Amino acid sequence: MVPIQHYLILSATLFFIGAVGVLSRRNAIIVFMSIELMLNSVNLTLVAFSAFLGDATGQMLVFFAMTVAAAEAAVGLAIIIALFRKKQTVNLDEMNILKW
Amino acid sequence: MTLESVLFYVLGSVAVGSALLVVTRRNPVMSVLCLILNFFCLAGLYLTLRAQFIAVIQIIVYAGAIMVLFLFVIMLLNLGDERKLTDGLSWKKILTGGMAFALLAEVTVILTGYANPAVVPLSARAEEVGTVEFIGTQLFTKFQFPFEVTSLLLTAAIVGAVVLAKKKLD
Repeated sequence: MVPIQHYLILSATLFFIGAVGVLSRRNAIIVFMSIELMLNSVNLTLVAFSAFLGDATGQMLVFFAMTVAAAEAAVGLAIIIALFRKKQTVNLDEMNILKW
Repeated sequence: MTLESVLFYVLGSVAVGSALLVVTRRNPVMSVLCLILNFFCLAGLYLTLRAQFIAVIQIIVYAGAIMVLFLFVIMLLNLGDERKLTDGLSWKKILTGGMAFALLAEVTVILTGYANPAVVPLSARAEEVGTVEFIGTQLFTKFQFPFEVTSLLLTAAIVGAVVLAKKKLD
């Protein structure tokens, strides 16, 4: 039998790998994938608590989080395409027009 | 060791390994493929938690729909000279990794050290809660309003994506 702590540690590990990806990569698409990784690790936490407490609310929240992730992926990738059309690159270091 | 714990540790280590590959690969297509593997492992982990519906949705929506979208965008942008985007090991990356590792160690210590060491078994209702029937009933009764709002959100996302990505006509 696997205790819930192990699920939580696994989920934290995935979350921090995603966080490192967001902070250290410069390719916008890979940064975006790291965000998906972090979203999924939180989903794992929610499902684990839902199963260990016998309450469906956690799984409902995962359902809605997936919907939001789908919407976010569509809009985010559209933004990346628009940026690529303007700059001819997906390098985040060159997206500095908001920097003063 | 039961089959369940074997499955957990195998799937968990594959999930962590593929997540590391997602973050470290240079080629975005390789990253997408590793991320799909990661999603499949997570679906398996959901099954060890008796969440059948979420596991299936994970594969259909995430591994199916969202990752295909990613692949389409990578194909569309035709990122040829990917090498220029990656520099070597800079001090920033080492610092980021070190800080993330320190945080992870902290979380691990908190979860293993202070939590109640008694192993709590999976809830007896877990199998009932994870089924499509139960989730569907909840979705159309207790969570009716968020469900309807979700459709609004998806419509807004579709319109937003089209507006952002289409070519300017002028």
